[in-house]
Amino acid sequence: MKLKSLLVGVGLLAGLGTAHAEDPFKVGFVYVGPVGDLGWSYEHDRGRQEMEKYFDGKVETTYVESVPEGADAERVITQLAKSGNDLIFTTSFGYMNPTLKVAKRFPKTTFEHATGYKRSKNMGTYVLRTYEGRYVSGIAAGLLTKTNTIGYIGSFPIPEVIRDIDATYMAAKSVNPDVKIKIVWVNSWYDPGKETDAANALMDQGVDVMLQHTDSPAPLIAAEKRGIRAIGQASDQSKFAPEAHVFSVRDDWAPYYIKTAKAVMDGTYKPTDFWGGFQDDMLSLASINDNLPKDIRAKIDATYEKINSGEFHPFTGPITDNKGNLVVPAGHTLTDAELAQVNWYVEGITDEVPR
Amino acid sequence: MDIDLITQILFATIKTGTPLLLIALGEVICEKSGVLNLGQEGMMLMGAVVGFMSAFATGNLGLAVFAAMAMGALMSLIFGFLVLHLGANQVATGLALTIFGTGLSAFIGSGVIGETLQGFQPIIIPVLSDIPVIGKILFTHDLLVYISFVVAAALAFIANKTRLGLTLRAVGENPHAANAIGIKVLSIRYFAIMFGGAMAGLAGAYMSLSYTPMWVENMTSGRGWIALALVVFASWRIGNIMLGAYLFGLASIMHLVLQGMGWSISPNLLAMLPYVATVVVMVIISADQFKEKLLAPRSLGKPFDPRQMA
Repeated sequence: MKLKSLLVGVGLLAGLGTAHAEDPFKVGFVYVGPVGDLGWSYEHDRGRQEMEKYFDGKVETTYVESVPEGADAERVITQLAKSGNDLIFTTSFGYMNPTLKVAKRFPKTTFEHATGYKRSKNMGTYVLRTYEGRYVSGIAAGLLTKTNTIGYIGSFPIPEVIRDIDATYMAAKSVNPDVKIKIVWVNSWYDPGKETDAANALMDQGVDVMLQHTDSPAPLIAAEKRGIRAIGQASDQSKFAPEAHVFSVRDDWAPYYIKTAKAVMDGTYKPTDFWGGFQDDMLSLASINDNLPKDIRAKIDATYEKINSGEFHPFTGPITDNKGNLVVPAGHTLTDAELAQVNWYVEGITDEVPR
Repeated sequence: MDIDLITQILFATIKTGTPLLLIALGEVICEKSGVLNLGQEGMMLMGAVVGFMSAFATGNLGLAVFAAMAMGALMSLIFGFLVLHLGANQVATGLALTIFGTGLSAFIGSGVIGETLQGFQPIIIPVLSDIPVIGKILFTHDLLVYISFVVAAALAFIANKTRLGLTLRAVGENPHAANAIGIKVLSIRYFAIMFGGAMAGLAGAYMSLSYTPMWVENMTSGRGWIALALVVFASWRIGNIMLGAYLFGLASIMHLVLQGMGWSISPNLLAMLPYVATVVVMVIISADQFKEKLLAPRSLGKPFDPRQMA
């Protein structure tokens, strides 16, 4: 990684020297994992490539992969801004403060930060309605589990992850009132070793459907080995677990990347908080396994339709948290701003949110 | 906790303890000969990446393991040349080897990131695996785990019961005396260093071909360092190393198990467990200065020049 970011840096500096008026529009990307993670960063990079193809030479892109969330991130973002990128996408929650800091120093550059909640004059945010995919996953998990125990591997206890756990559990419980959820935090977005350990620890405790909010296919591989079910994260992970794989909730960032680049080029860009889901073609169910029972498959399709058509929103009240507080009153649906702050587990989850 | 869960946890303990056991066995032989090699982490990473890439290219796991061990041995040979022939400082050279291996493995492995392969599959040993509880814990693993059992037993025998073991100890305790009675000190040390390197390579191969059959930058995540502490913890005794490796393995999965059982302890705190265990053990051992000196090979870390007299 170090060597690669160095090479990118050198390349950028070289580019700077020869800059002239008809330079193509330049877009930079910062990824938290390797582009080959076959999960989160892989999908962002797929979005980048599709955007490049769409603009056919008018847009030039650069990316830096495996950038740790912290001081390193600020350095990398600064470097990208300095080297003349007009638009920079920073694609992980932990880049929020570094992005904001750099955005202040480079007011002419546009910044877009994925999954965060801080915005400024030249910094917008964008996020996926992953809870929509989780809700469908929860329905599948609730119907598939024979031990009535589903497992969830969490990365960090941030609203995005907690919200998805809630959506999963509400869905599972709606089809299976006896279902329990076991949650294990691994404190990493990408650590196949730890993810495997976590998956094994969960399976040892009776989990027979595995969900994950971490980016490597390791939990699916572990599930396949033990002959239980698992749901893919961020990218189509079916090839890692031909039998175990239920479906993958796949991210598709290209529509947003294309739209935003266009807006910045036209001068119509305004920083917003954009949420993309099934309806925006930014989220889909990939490779639904043929080995699923027909009735479960039908339930999955029906739930997807209900959310896709806008008929149903998973966070519609009344919702009670696991301490007995009414967090969403009857008749109210959480707004996007409220969704960004979910820090409670729904009723029935016996764990507590780690602080 | 029911018996099934305990069995499962102990089964997982063996799996997580195995890479620690493999490197620590290599390191203890190296240290017994009087050489401290802090390059474990680097050699292990190189073994992991070379093992994975060979398996990916050829599909032959046996060949991949061999390549990983050869890579580890090759790395250790660089170390051996620097410290034995040029008399370089062992601590500094070992650290350099770790940094070198970490960087180089990330560089050469970038092409296979995200690839996976069918790693080692469990071999269920007939009869033995039918023993209640113990059978499931010990005899349903894959080949590399069994190899670690065999190597540990063989080393315990060689170190304690054979002339070779005695020679090794003589070289580590008093190289000048050993030299005087005609033992080739440098050759023995080269051999011990290369054995350590090959074992680190094997541990790396276990990580990338069995534990999580994929390659990720820095995937050994500090296991080389834990193994170094483990050797001290075990006071250079092979039997203790085996025990310690599994203890450390248990500590590193316990936090995941407890979370699954619904303990609401901060995961960060729980993730610290193996490291806290390392510190505690080091404190306990170094509390007794005399004992520590008695146990460690006397010339550990000191260069030996046959032309000089003691």
